[in-house]
Amino acid sequence: MVGNVFLRRSWLAENGALVALVVLVVALSLLSSDFLSVTNLLNVGVQAAVTAILAFGGTFVIVTGGIDLSVGSVAALSAIVLAWTAAVPGLPWPLATVVSLVVGVVCGLVNAALIAYGKLPPFIATLAMLGIARGLALVISQGSPIPMPDAVSHLGDTIGGYLPVPVLVMLVMGALAAVILNRTYVGRAMYAIGGNEEAARLSGIKVSRQKLITYALSGGFAAVAGIVLASRLASAQPQAAAGYELDAIAAVVIGGASLSGGKGRALGTFVGALILAVLRNGLNLLSVSAFWQQVVIGVVIALAVLVDTLRRRGMS
Amino acid sequence: MELLRAEGLRKRFPGVLALDGVDLTVRAGEVHVLLGENGAGKSTLIKMLSGAYHPDEGRVLLDGRAVHIRTAGDAQRLGIATIYQEFNLVPELSVAENLSLGRPPRRFGFVDTKRMHERAVELLARVGVDVDPRTPVARLGIARMQMVEIAKALALDARVLIMDEPTAVLTTGEVEKLFSIVRRLREEGVAIVFITHHLEEIAAIGDRVTVLRDGRSVGEVPADTPQDELVRLMVGRPIDQQFPRERGQAGEPLLKVTGLGRKGVFEDVSFEVRAGEVVGLAGLVGAGRTEVARAVFGADRYDTGEVTVRGRRPARGDVVAAMEAGLGLVPEDRKGQGLVLGADIGENLGLVTMRGATRAGFVDRSGQRRAAAEVAEQLGIRMTGLAQEVRTLSGGNQQKVVIGKWLEADAGVLILDEPTRGIDVGAKVEIYQLINQLTASGHAVLMISSDLPEVLGMSDRILVMARGRLVGELSAAEATQDGVMALAVAEVAGPRGR
Ligand SMILES: Nc1ncnc2c1ncn2[C@@H]1O[C@H](COP(=O)(O)OP(=O)(O)OP(=O)(O)O)[C@@H](O)[C@H]1O
Ligand SMILES: [Mg+2]
Repeated sequence: MVGNVFLRRSWLAENGALVALVVLVVALSLLSSDFLSVTNLLNVGVQAAVTAILAFGGTFVIVTGGIDLSVGSVAALSAIVLAWTAAVPGLPWPLATVVSLVVGVVCGLVNAALIAYGKLPPFIATLAMLGIARGLALVISQGSPIPMPDAVSHLGDTIGGYLPVPVLVMLVMGALAAVILNRTYVGRAMYAIGGNEEAARLSGIKVSRQKLITYALSGGFAAVAGIVLASRLASAQPQAAAGYELDAIAAVVIGGASLSGGKGRALGTFVGALILAVLRNGLNLLSVSAFWQQVVIGVVIALAVLVDTLRRRGMS
Repeated sequence: MELLRAEGLRKRFPGVLALDGVDLTVRAGEVHVLLGENGAGKSTLIKMLSGAYHPDEGRVLLDGRAVHIRTAGDAQRLGIATIYQEFNLVPELSVAENLSLGRPPRRFGFVDTKRMHERAVELLARVGVDVDPRTPVARLGIARMQMVEIAKALALDARVLIMDEPTAVLTTGEVEKLFSIVRRLREEGVAIVFITHHLEEIAAIGDRVTVLRDGRSVGEVPADTPQDELVRLMVGRPIDQQFPRERGQAGEPLLKVTGLGRKGVFEDVSFEVRAGEVVGLAGLVGAGRTEVARAVFGADRYDTGEVTVRGRRPARGDVVAAMEAGLGLVPEDRKGQGLVLGADIGENLGLVTMRGATRAGFVDRSGQRRAAAEVAEQLGIRMTGLAQEVRTLSGGNQQKVVIGKWLEADAGVLILDEPTRGIDVGAKVEIYQLINQLTASGHAVLMISSDLPEVLGMSDRILVMARGRLVGELSAAEATQDGVMALAVAEVAGPRGR
């Protein structure tokens, strides 16, 4: 049946990233005997976790047609704030954690205020925040790492000596992102705003308020990512997660979101983050030099977006 | 002399057979009208002549030779120019830049801005539209955008000119201008393919008509074929009453506008719309009708005056407040303001009701789907399912989605800005019947329309605007086309420029 061909073709197109991931996994398991071991795969999961959590937050923003370049810096700042408030004023760790999350959310709110009320382009507003948050992290920590409270550091451990907590946190945040995007008013409004902001406004969606929520979520997710990263290292470092925003954006885009807004799914982003992590891990196993790895990853990002663009053009 | 011929064109999209073997022949020096219901395949057909789509089967001949039109560039080289139903202008660029898009005049490798402007002034004069070529296109109303599109196509000096519903957004005056341009081109031997849902235009401008139904050509008839016969060919059944307005008793005033004004746009606009009433707002393009509607709805601000909806005064410039007071607006520009093109039909239909369908932050999506399915059914939206992307709907069906969105919301006072733009004759009658149902159940409707027969046929009272002011009010009984037009142009000599 002709109809079936179309079904199959559109399924492939919709799930291109997933197919790519499967191909990648199969290829690597053939090329390297170490790849398919449980320890290695969990290792990949841990490596993917921070990028994935940042990218889930980034998915919200990209779906609205915006961009958040500040997430790496915000992650570092939130972790520093946690470690510092626990160490210096000696706040109990749960309180310190809450403060740290609040800092992440506030950074997002500032981004959104600049964008929604100051009418700055998201690129500029979050680029400024990228500098500000990084600077504040350096100021607070005076440029040196601060040890994380022990209780929080357990986030870097494994459950039952088996399941790494970062992987669990990643899954929980991913599920949360999926629920927000698919089921809630906030999520559906993100798609409408990203698809056509004026139509959304004339349909009674409070665009500025929804943008505040969107960037606040991104900031909150960044804080969680920062805490996970710091607890793995058992210390908060002011220079941590530098450049991670680009990986996060890449994961979102590889996952099928459109930078012009209105398109994107949490599952796609998850797959995108896994592709990046699998690729890095595999290239390490195959002892490809770190320099060449950058080249390969760049090519993969270009390919992913190219395929997507061709697909869109093919539809018309 | 036969210039262009299409034979057995067939085109399938996922889930629909849009064209199922269509034939078309167009002669040099004729205006060939394409007629068919929404979704019949008219736009798909012409897109295969302009290189936007490729036929799965069939062939196109130009001067008796088979040609392959793969890209818009191919079409241009063959001398085929197309004005699409959905605009292809770059909103951020100026009118002049849009008119020279892709082929700006150059000097020493740089764009020659002076010549670009001269060219723009000349082209704009040819279509007789009065705009400054430096204006960004985004600031033009929809009708002027259409005139710029037409000017852009004229700049190509094509042998075949295809126009997909060029008159849908134009008022009578502009339609006349367009027709005189078309007649001149016809005399010069240009072959013109003309799509319209306005049947009266067919005899006025057309020579022959090809009727499409469900992706098939069902007949080729002369343009002076009686309208009833055209309708029967196109819809498969006759339509007995074009404007089935059932007038009832007007009740309480639901919408009251007093002394509304915005500097340089409109001033001292006062009127009311009562429960059970359809008030028509007529006038020329640029008279300020859309601007007033948007201000009333809170989409734009106003400087002076008051808006009262069912006794409440929504804050100015606040869409949500206006909606909560019971206002709804179907905007004139469906692509720019009405639809999220990349989202599916269900999502678009539920956009306004989504807030109400939210409990504890969660949207009741199955309830939303049900409501959407009901409205889609009511409006007869031709689709493969609610999950179809709105972008891939035919123009008229897209318009139905914009209307449907507000039907679902059940607004007490509905402002319709060009509601039947691009909608076929059969579906128009269905929309008029929906308007009847709305007013019968105590809703109020303010209808802006450039389609004078529609305003006359459906309104209980008619307000006429000119140059940003209300210049007259006519009852349904006393209003005639000439009467409305006389009011609409009377004030043109007035002091205020635009
Ligand atoms: N890109 C696409 N993908 C899927 N379906 C499409 C696409 N383009 C058009 N269609 C479908 O093809 C059919 C014919 O559409 P077309 O736009 O040609 O109609 P039309 O005759 O121009 O109608 P209208 O009077 O409403 O403009 C419709 O059912 C439409 O939904
Ligand atoms: Mg069409």
